[in-house]
Amino acid sequence: MDRHETRIIIAGFGGQGIVLIGNVIARAAVIEEKNVVGMVSYGAEMRGGTANATVVISDGEIFNPFVAHPDMAIILNQPSLDRFEPQIGKDGLVLMNTSMIKRGPQRTDLKCIKVDATQIAQKVGNLRVANIVSVGAFIEHTNLLSMSSIEQAIKDLFSSKNPKLVEINLEALHTGAERSRCMQPVR
Amino acid sequence: MGKKILLKGNEVMCEAAVQAGCRFFAGYPITPQNEVPEYMSKRMPQVDGVFVQAESELAAINMVFGASASGVRCMTSSSSPGISLKQEGISYIAGAELPCLIANVQRGGPGLGNIRASQADYFQAVKGGGHGDYRVIVLAPASVQEIYNLTMNAFDWADYYRNPVMLLGDGISGQMAEPVEIFPYKPIVDLPAKDYILDGCAGRKPRVVKTLVLKPTDGLVTHNEHLQEKYKRIENELSLYEEYQTADADIVIAAYGITARIAKGAVSLARKKGIAVGLIRPITLWPFPSDAFATAAQTTGQILTVEMSHGQFIEDVKLAVNGACPVEFLGKGGGWYPTEELILEKIESMAAATAKGNL
Repeated sequence: MDRHETRIIIAGFGGQGIVLIGNVIARAAVIEEKNVVGMVSYGAEMRGGTANATVVISDGEIFNPFVAHPDMAIILNQPSLDRFEPQIGKDGLVLMNTSMIKRGPQRTDLKCIKVDATQIAQKVGNLRVANIVSVGAFIEHTNLLSMSSIEQAIKDLFSSKNPKLVEINLEALHTGAERSRCMQPVR
Repeated sequence: MGKKILLKGNEVMCEAAVQAGCRFFAGYPITPQNEVPEYMSKRMPQVDGVFVQAESELAAINMVFGASASGVRCMTSSSSPGISLKQEGISYIAGAELPCLIANVQRGGPGLGNIRASQADYFQAVKGGGHGDYRVIVLAPASVQEIYNLTMNAFDWADYYRNPVMLLGDGISGQMAEPVEIFPYKPIVDLPAKDYILDGCAGRKPRVVKTLVLKPTDGLVTHNEHLQEKYKRIENELSLYEEYQTADADIVIAAYGITARIAKGAVSLARKKGIAVGLIRPITLWPFPSDAFATAAQTTGQILTVEMSHGQFIEDVKLAVNGACPVEFLGKGGGWYPTEELILEKIESMAAATAKGNL
């Protein structure tokens, strides 16, 4: 029995909304009735330090909850790229926030999607939605989950808190997708 | 099947407890179980329950002692160093034959250790970390859904046997989020009337809940014999495990909790390489499912024990196997965890050694 399993790492500065990205992706996977394990690095984390979260999505039973060699990575800052680049699996996919990453990956096998997430977020009207801009671009370039599941996950997460947050996050999601649509992934 | 929601192991344990009617929680913060008091502090007031952030672990376990004596379903939670502090109270609760749930979301030890996941409290959990001849029912879930199910069962077994139950998890199973089906609580046993609780003695003879037995002279001997009879009964009635592809296995992996999950991945990898490997995963660590290992030892060539500690669990596996087949070991403490590849490597070396021996 061959099963399809995708292992993802999300990394950036503490405060960039790394945990939220993981949460949105994992919840969207639950909506699509897939098996999923989400984990957040815990410990001496703080705003400005590095944070990372992992998500495993599978149509079969997930054995190992850890992600040692991710198939896909969403990287929001330079230190995280430097740290996680060597761990990414062969021919893996990296979505990188070029607003905060000036030096791209050294490896030539990686498929790169570059998004100016922080700048796009600024134009959307809130610096803090750079994380969801990245999710938009990520979903646009992978067939991992449908955009509507991600939208639903965002609604589930924010509607009880503040309807305005749903609005701006959905706008961020769609802008991220649109702005990266014509972009060819580069190796 | 109902709709599934995404929750962390620690959160699910709390929700299951609340669903099962737990109405008293006392605890003291410690990583990696801080979601537990956080969730309980929010949830308990919603169901007219009591949440207490105690001044210490010792206070928390003794509050649970009192809550249980008054007939309330109750629990406490901590992580390794905090559980060590609770041992005196656990011995008292076991001695007084009171039901309660104690959750240990294990981290690295000894001492203050670190905050990474570990399974190094195995001895403490299953052999009795406190003083005296007592036993605690120990449950080892391997998924978030199983945490939900077993937490509910734990309260039933605690009441049924009038005995503390420990949920032995770890930093990974507590922190990881998985889809879980939240279904309503339904008792799995016929719950006996609580005819021992202290709920006001108007109209009946007063009751005493105590652990000091000085009179008659052999009173404590009799009490211990009674406890041992109960433990024997629990051993006969309650032994849970999962068997995975053991029927034709040349090598059987023994692992519990999160380690068993990773080991299951290794079973698949080994099978793809043509090595017949299976897995026995104890769900109750006490009572230990010895029969499952004794039976497997008759047909399999070797057993490999994998644990996130330096050879604790393996002792019970060896006792069960009783020399019927070789038992190999893979494990480390301090926050180390195995990968499927590492377990596969060990399996391959075991398989190669056997092949050589057969020539």
